[in-house]
Amino acid sequence: MQLSLARQFKKPWMKTALQDKFIHGFFFFNGMLSVVILLGIFTLLLFTSFPAFNEINPIAFLTGMEWNPTSYVKEVYGIVPMLVSTFMVTLGALAIAIPLGIGTAAYLSDVASPRVREIAKPTVEILAGIPSVVIGFLGIVLVGPIIAKVFRIPNGLNAVNGSVLLAVMALPTIVSISEDALSNVPHSYNQASLALGASKWQTVVRVKIPAALSGIIAACMLGMGRAIGETMTVLMATGCAPAMPESFLGPVRTLTSSIAIELGEVAYNTTHYYALFALGLVLFVITFIINMASDIILHKFEQVNR
Amino acid sequence: MNKVIRTLVLGLALIWPAHGQAAEMLQIKGSDTLINLVQKLAEEYMTENPGAQIAVTGGGSGTGIAALINKKCDIANSSRQMKSKEVDAALKNGVEVKRVIIAIDGLGVITNPRNPVTRLSVDEIGAIFRGEITNWKDIGGNDGPITLYGRQSNSGTFAFFQDSVLKADYSQKMNHMNGNAQIVEAVKQDVSGIGYVGVGYVKDAEGLTVLKVAAKSGGDYASPLNAMDVKSGKYPLARPLNQYVSGSVQGDVKKFLEYELSSRGQQIVEEEGFFPISSEYKDYNKKAGL
Repeated sequence: MQLSLARQFKKPWMKTALQDKFIHGFFFFNGMLSVVILLGIFTLLLFTSFPAFNEINPIAFLTGMEWNPTSYVKEVYGIVPMLVSTFMVTLGALAIAIPLGIGTAAYLSDVASPRVREIAKPTVEILAGIPSVVIGFLGIVLVGPIIAKVFRIPNGLNAVNGSVLLAVMALPTIVSISEDALSNVPHSYNQASLALGASKWQTVVRVKIPAALSGIIAACMLGMGRAIGETMTVLMATGCAPAMPESFLGPVRTLTSSIAIELGEVAYNTTHYYALFALGLVLFVITFIINMASDIILHKFEQVNR
Repeated sequence: MNKVIRTLVLGLALIWPAHGQAAEMLQIKGSDTLINLVQKLAEEYMTENPGAQIAVTGGGSGTGIAALINKKCDIANSSRQMKSKEVDAALKNGVEVKRVIIAIDGLGVITNPRNPVTRLSVDEIGAIFRGEITNWKDIGGNDGPITLYGRQSNSGTFAFFQDSVLKADYSQKMNHMNGNAQIVEAVKQDVSGIGYVGVGYVKDAEGLTVLKVAAKSGGDYASPLNAMDVKSGKYPLARPLNQYVSGSVQGDVKKFLEYELSSRGQQIVEEEGFFPISSEYKDYNKKAGL
């Protein structure tokens, strides 16, 4: 009897300690895993893209105005048109998605009735689950013809189309995280502002948004990350002509679509193959810089807020 | 803990037999021009032979050939011939390829019906896609820019068109579309557009002009929709549609290939808008043991 009692007390304790250790180890492993994977991908990109520069002059690669690795005459590897295209489409998307996203977030957190919010927020989040190929298809059959009509141009496969679609894809991220940030602003800020005689508009724009700015900037950066790396949508909706883009109403070809188009058929371990990995490296570096910048901005604002 | 282990074991047990099953399924991969046709052939074959399993996927001729070289598929659909570089790469990997011709395609050059141009020569089409002619008025159309719709470099049609029409680089301003259907969709909407697609995609496409093409300007213009002109070679952009297989043709692969070349198979080829193979190609296939 005594023994079994002791066992009953002892065993759960042992179990908890073991469980603690196991769970601790499990989460440590998970945390480290993403670091290891990131380093692994970076090393792979670095080593697979390095051989490209045996045959391509790195300066010509970074400043070249033409990309034609399957040329009939002479292969050329210049990434400037693709860099310009990527930035055009991404900045265009942000120009649409940021005002719309913050506006929606402010509406959801401060104006909408709880009932509307309970329906609207999950709906916006479901938008993130739509496959990019579906959005790309909408770009071809719906957004493209509308753009063509509005701007009186023969077709709608251009940077504007890509921007609109990427804005739709970045919106859920921006809205959802900005709304969380706005809702997390202490209620006392709200009350203090209103008590001082500020209108609801003034409270939202001058008190709540500045207080939640770090979260909102993080939201926008995450949205930008989504836009810059998106492949299928821009592949389908922007025409993908390799020439240097002439305007927002002309076709563009982003870094991601070039990789997607060409990696499928490239012969392994050729200069072209390595060059595509070099494109991936460039994309990685861009995303890395964006994340760094957003991190630095976030820290700056946190300090100011203190 | 026990639960975790049990879940893991169960998970492994579920994954294991799946491997074995996947091996029995015939994998066909490649050309976007051929995908609808081969899918239809596979469906009919599977209804007639219960138990047979065939998966047909696209990705472009280049993708299919790369998969065959890397032993990732049993049959590669290709709308162009394999390059000698690819044959060498396959040999190095221990894959000795055999070519089988399953249908004939008259590559169609398409424009928007609101465009008055209805016929062009091969030279003119080449100049347009090389970017030398950029206005429709230079070839008898209305004053307005030409928008080019082509395929991506993994496409066999891209390569065939380049080799037999352009004989040079495509214009850098050509839009690179993701498949035949997208070119059809784009040209339907764009009065300034011109594109090229397999004839199977235009057999009953409304809202398109399928151009009549002559080998030389002023010569005999012929339409790819006319079976006689494609068979006789009067239509200059006719081409064989191929399947590549690895090694000696046998087993399930052989049975399916025989079905494709049978009179029922060739009937499906016609229903899908392509043309049955000529006796010349039948002789060629016989050499491959079919």
